[in-house]
Amino acid sequence: MMHGALTIARLTWIDARRTRIALAAFIGGLVFLAVYGTAVFFMQHSVIAPRQAHLPPLVRQATVQVLTLVGLYVANFLTLATAVMLPVDSISGEIDSGVMQTVASKPVDRAGIVIGKWLAYLAMIAVYLLLVAGGVVLLVWGMTGFLQPNLIGALPLMLLSAVVMVTLSIAGGTRFTTVTNGIAVFAFYAIAFIGGWIEQIGVRLGSSAARYIGTVISLISPSDALWRRAAHELQPPLLEQLNISPFSAVDVPSVAMVAWGVGFVIVTLLAALRTFQKRAL
Amino acid sequence: MPETATVIETRSLRRRFGATVAVADLSLAVRRGEIFGFLGPNGAGKTTSLKLLLGLLEPSGGTGRVLGAPLGDRRARSRIGFLPEHFHFHNSLSARELLDIHGRLQGLRGPVLAKRIDELLVRVDLQDVRDRPLRQYSKGMTQRAGLAQALLNKPEIVFLDEPTSGLDPLGRRLVREIIQELRGQGTTVFLNSHLLGEVEATCDRVVFVRQGRTVHELSLAGEADGGFEVELRFAPLEEAVVAELEKFGTEITRSQERIRMRIADEQVMPELASWLVGRGLKVYELRCRRRSLEEWFVAIMGQDHRPG
Repeated sequence: MMHGALTIARLTWIDARRTRIALAAFIGGLVFLAVYGTAVFFMQHSVIAPRQAHLPPLVRQATVQVLTLVGLYVANFLTLATAVMLPVDSISGEIDSGVMQTVASKPVDRAGIVIGKWLAYLAMIAVYLLLVAGGVVLLVWGMTGFLQPNLIGALPLMLLSAVVMVTLSIAGGTRFTTVTNGIAVFAFYAIAFIGGWIEQIGVRLGSSAARYIGTVISLISPSDALWRRAAHELQPPLLEQLNISPFSAVDVPSVAMVAWGVGFVIVTLLAALRTFQKRAL
Repeated sequence: MPETATVIETRSLRRRFGATVAVADLSLAVRRGEIFGFLGPNGAGKTTSLKLLLGLLEPSGGTGRVLGAPLGDRRARSRIGFLPEHFHFHNSLSARELLDIHGRLQGLRGPVLAKRIDELLVRVDLQDVRDRPLRQYSKGMTQRAGLAQALLNKPEIVFLDEPTSGLDPLGRRLVREIIQELRGQGTTVFLNSHLLGEVEATCDRVVFVRQGRTVHELSLAGEADGGFEVELRFAPLEEAVVAELEKFGTEITRSQERIRMRIADEQVMPELASWLVGRGLKVYELRCRRRSLEEWFVAIMGQDHRPG
């Protein structure tokens, strides 16, 4: 099965990097970095540097840290959007166009087709995340001298969040049409986002019911919980305790939630394999 | 497997999509090395049948075997080739890349694959445009690239679904030539086509399907199934003579000065000619021909032409 999966991954990689979606995502990432870099430049030269003598080091660091988190938040969002859009047409579109019939008539397992595509998009998303998140970190470092700590702890969580979306998008493609799949996966992300807020508000207001609902939603759609855990990893404890960052989580998703993120990917991928195995082509 | 073995065999194969029955009762047997035509009107279930044979669809009932293995068997798929109707592939790829990917999916690698790709690109006349992306290809060029991918693994059975669709006369001739080459190599060809002339020119045997059922089988090689049609013109054209023609054949019809009748065997022709001359009749015309596939098609399908 692995030979077939690797050939499919190769085909998907070659084709996807030539598509307009990949180009649009790449250009979108570069435009974002250009705009973000401009914002950091003006923050540094118009706000931080002129007041450097009067600003306590802790406040200065907190300001730059929040600026970096904003950049990484957008980088995370762009990566998630790309993780949805890049594979959304991959399986359903190929079934509609008849491409899949030619591929599936070859001596390759259907599971190999799904896994090959998943591997290719996973690799592409990892490269994309490194490009935009790495760009944010390097821009801030180059302009302010602040190097975001604990990237090793946070980037895998951001990647896992994107892998959740890639897996959902591929799994949806084995069952739904392209448009239905795109809407469904974005709705999934929106639900996760709202679930995160409900959970945070529940904790702040002491509502155990709201917290419970938010946690259940995070279990159904864990992508936002993984970002919140990543944001927690990126912030020094003091900044989070001061609660001055919009990314300060009052209820940090647990390690168990991260483990569930991995489990969610596995379960969704297995469901995709099962559905595609029976799918009429 | 012996040379005469059956390579495709189905019994009462069925497939429904919800309440719609696409294939109701497909029973057929295809022998090794024959060029087999699969005919029927639009919506008769031809493409669905083909997908069942390839394992792209699961049957709702019935059984089938291809190359001795159950339908969809992965090892059997490594011994077959398939050209779908309106072949389409990732249009950012060139013909060479397309064949490389499909060759790899077939388990071919390295110099063996590279050599096979070069051979096929030459054979389907795409050598000059091999590195151009498929989106720049005409419909006919794309179809020829599809034909090449179906032949990469030197298959034992090739399934061709409307292979000449979108091809100009030269492209059609190329497909006919390739089918003849495959016949020479002992490859079985399963041809699904609307173009009866193409089928008549290439196939050894055809099966007609109607409303998802196999309704008639016809041999196009050797002795003609259903006999021959004779057309004759002689004078004087008397009713008594016409009545006596019944000892030579059946389905005798008269149209102005011509008589048409059906005979079972071509050997009847000399006897018929002698008899006419022996009766002192002046024979102006005496022609014998097989019933054309189109005539067969109309006769078998009758008024059942589903729109589509």
